[in-house]
Amino acid sequence: MITLTDQPFEPGALLTAFCAGRDETGAVASFVGIARAEQGQAAALELEAYPGFTDVAISDFAEAARARFALHDYRIVHRTGRIAPGEAIVFVATAAGHRREAFEACDFLMDWLKSRAPFWKKEHGPGGARWIEPTDRDRTDASRWDQE
Amino acid sequence: MARVLLFGRLADQAGWRDRAFEATSLAMLRGLIANDDSELGQALSGPGVQVAVDKTLVRGEAVLTAATEVAFLPPMSGG
Repeated sequence: MITLTDQPFEPGALLTAFCAGRDETGAVASFVGIARAEQGQAAALELEAYPGFTDVAISDFAEAARARFALHDYRIVHRTGRIAPGEAIVFVATAAGHRREAFEACDFLMDWLKSRAPFWKKEHGPGGARWIEPTDRDRTDASRWDQE
Repeated sequence: MARVLLFGRLADQAGWRDRAFEATSLAMLRGLIANDDSELGQALSGPGVQVAVDKTLVRGEAVLTAATEVAFLPPMSGG
């Protein structure tokens, strides 16, 4: 399931709910991305999504991940709007029969979400606001999966 | 009548993010926007800007009918 929300969310509660009632899963991996303060350089992040487009793109990619890693299930929650340092930006959990698939699928989903998902990101700092594009590191991380 | 949506830096540049235009094709729409704001017209054709018609990416020309939604998407940042 995919959720985009402009409200803060509690990652622990999401993980508890995701793990409940799984007696055949064997492995759940999860990741939480948190907005950094960057020593005061980032007062807030602002993430813009295109409802009906962004969520469909994420869902299409997550279904590809489900097939590639034989996932039993996944859960993705992504913030939009203005996000303060310390707040969770993204939650990803993957469920699989064994840990390797769960870990790898979580990593695979995050690399794509960080570099290729249809969001537009603005950083508000002391010197004003600026639009941000993926870093070289984000692109390299994402391209690891293309070669395999 | 097409509903036009701008995202990211394009919306900041234009000073609007949601407007209606009387256009029957993408080319006509680009012309109308450029007449109104030539710098925005150029930005919409700039590097990495993609166009979605009714939430599907298109390349090149598209016919617009009533209630078509056209979105101009600058390079995506990821989340």
